[in-house]
Amino acid sequence: MIVATVLGEVPALPLHTAGKYVAGAYIVLFALVLIYVAIMAIRLSRIERDLGELLSELDQRQEPAPK
Amino acid sequence: MATPARPVAYGKGLRTLSIATVVAMTTSLSLVFFYAPLEAEQGFLQKIFYVHVPLAIIALCGFVLGGLLAIQHLRTRDPRWDMRSYVVIHMSLIFAVGTLISGSIWAKGSWGHWWVWSEPTLVSFLIIFLLYATYQPLRFAIEDPERQSRYASVFAITAGAFVPLNFIAVRLSTAYLHPRVLGSTSNLPGPMALTFLVSLLALSLLFATLCKYELTAKHTRAQLRALRRRLAGESTGAPTRSRSAAPSLHHTTAPARATSGSAL
Repeated sequence: MIVATVLGEVPALPLHTAGKYVAGAYIVLFALVLIYVAIMAIRLSRIERDLGELLSELDQRQEPAPK
Repeated sequence: MATPARPVAYGKGLRTLSIATVVAMTTSLSLVFFYAPLEAEQGFLQKIFYVHVPLAIIALCGFVLGGLLAIQHLRTRDPRWDMRSYVVIHMSLIFAVGTLISGSIWAKGSWGHWWVWSEPTLVSFLIIFLLYATYQPLRFAIEDPERQSRYASVFAITAGAFVPLNFIAVRLSTAYLHPRVLGSTSNLPGPMALTFLVSLLALSLLFATLCKYELTAKHTRAQLRALRRRLAGESTGAPTRSRSAAPSLHHTTAPARATSGSAL
């Protein structure tokens, strides 16, 4: 009842007007997730690079020293 | 010889969780746009409710959860609890940003203003957001990892207790001001209530998945650093680390209880 009282004061927006607000709200959510995934991808590539460096370092150590 | 630490597999179950999140999000969006009826007063604009309210609920619950995890950290002194608390609060902050932005968009559509300062629910949420926005700078300001984690835990507990108190106070004082859609789920028609609950579940799964990703990434990086140190022959002694707001998993070698009364 309270909801109806409060919302009753506000007329419903037509679809073409409300659509951009709804789209905006959902795009915000997806943008946040997308930014987060992008950051995670950068971190993952950094971890992969570090791991590659460590592996190459390990390979160098295991190579027999030249006589 | 030191007993090796029990390995923690943060990545375990990540794939299942990710798939469940994608399925739940797809179901939720389908229900929002193809199943839930249009609200009589707000029409299509009310669809924002299915993303805004769950985001707010999860953000607030995340802040409280961060405090509970911090209690566990202070009890056990295990840095892994501090890491969990940090990640949960970090993720809740991101969700809070989403809540504020989606709320502003809804306010603009409904009331014609991006922000209404006379609305206590909005302002109280902003206060909580700003309070937690100081969490990372607080951590960064303290160089010693031990002190940093303890101070951060105390902050997380105090702020976590403030969240429900603030929520109750605002709710009691403004019972007739803000639309109480959640407080009156029995007033919601069945399809709307179902859609809301599925949205809440989907966003909760998203929150859990992102937290797990973050924990896995941080744990993997910590392991990588440990491996680098071992290869460099620095197997003993505390690791050197640059100043960071993120917790270190290595400042204690084993979980230990507090030996003195100096919790801080």
